[in-house]
Amino acid sequence: MLAASHISFERYFEPVFQPVSFELEAGRLLLVTGANGCGKTTLIRVLAGILHPSSGTLDNRARGMAYVGHYLALKDDLSVIENLRFVRDFIGSSNRGIGEVIRQVGLARVAEQLARTLSAGQRKRCALARLLLGAHELWLLDEPYSNLDQQGVELVDDLLRAHLEAGGACVLATLGAHRPSWPATHDFHLLSGAAA
Amino acid sequence: MNPGLPAGAAAASLRGAFFALVRRDLLLAFRRRTELLFPVIFLLVVISLFPLGIGPSPQLLARIAPGVIWIAALLATVISLDALFRSDFEDGTLEQFVISGHPLTLIALAKIATHWLVAGLPIVLLSPLLALWMNLPLESLGVMVLTLLLGTPILSLIGSIGVGLTISLKRGGQLLSLLVFPLYVPILIIATAAVMAAADSLPFTQFLGLLTAGLITSVTLAPFATAAALKISLS
Repeated sequence: MLAASHISFERYFEPVFQPVSFELEAGRLLLVTGANGCGKTTLIRVLAGILHPSSGTLDNRARGMAYVGHYLALKDDLSVIENLRFVRDFIGSSNRGIGEVIRQVGLARVAEQLARTLSAGQRKRCALARLLLGAHELWLLDEPYSNLDQQGVELVDDLLRAHLEAGGACVLATLGAHRPSWPATHDFHLLSGAAA
Repeated sequence: MNPGLPAGAAAASLRGAFFALVRRDLLLAFRRRTELLFPVIFLLVVISLFPLGIGPSPQLLARIAPGVIWIAALLATVISLDALFRSDFEDGTLEQFVISGHPLTLIALAKIATHWLVAGLPIVLLSPLLALWMNLPLESLGVMVLTLLLGTPILSLIGSIGVGLTISLKRGGQLLSLLVFPLYVPILIIATAAVMAAADSLPFTQFLGLLTAGLITSVTLAPFATAAALKISLS
């Protein structure tokens, strides 16, 4: 579904991470770990197509991508429902009701509240709800566990398991404090800087 | 956008995305009413300062009215421009637009259209009142409104390119005004020439033709340039 060969990305002519090669098939999880500043977010942004790799090739055959990064793309002046309704209408396909998705991520109690009144964890849940709104084959998750309580962490794991079992694929970047347990996982340790 | 979709469904999904974006931005503009009203109030204040500053001589005011109203319209537009992509850029919405697979050009066009509805259209609607304040002769009032109707969308369209280029800079707003004012000069010249010609009972349709040509050109090209500028700013 997603194949990368010798991908690198340079910022101000300095490589951010050592060249990356992998192949990701349906039903598999790529777990990217590494220290702060080793380029996890940059790698995910390259995979998402926001940044272009400085060298190497990226073959993305996924039908539909969803990305949840550090910036949650929530509008403070819209309520939870309005934020998600926009996402649904914008990506244009949804076989699920918004109410059901909101219940699933545990925001039913605050669905009518403006996003600015939500806590950091609730905002994260609202952003994660985006994953459920469309039929995205590939999920790109950048630190999905940050700001979440224990239930929230379990929620991410449950969503991820259901997605992978349904034949989706996922690239997940994390510092490694919590790891999702999924048998078909590639472990990928990202190293910063140029190739040794 | 799903690449496996047939052409008709793909067009419907693009249309859906376009209108979803316009609807959301109008709702946001309505929620942030102070931001919405500020350029309009700015316009009214600037125009009302002129009679105070140069004296209430009716002939003099009528003579400078087209230029004053148009310059105030330029300033009001530039004030509102920076907000065009700022919040989408800062909260990650722009990245989501790129991921969605919808063409960024279409997204830029939707954003520009909403900007005009929110910032340009009020100027057009207020212009009869402004013309009255400035003692603009009634014969040229219609032409004044027409030039603004044709010209303010061009201001939004050209401005959006500048916004796309400066959005990643912390103080992009200041650079933006330096960047777009020179590009606004031809529109200012053509539009005020049209109104002055109408006031002197001279033919003015050629100027309106030029403005229309400018509008068509910028509608066709500016969204592409804006999309390219946004892509540069995102990387």
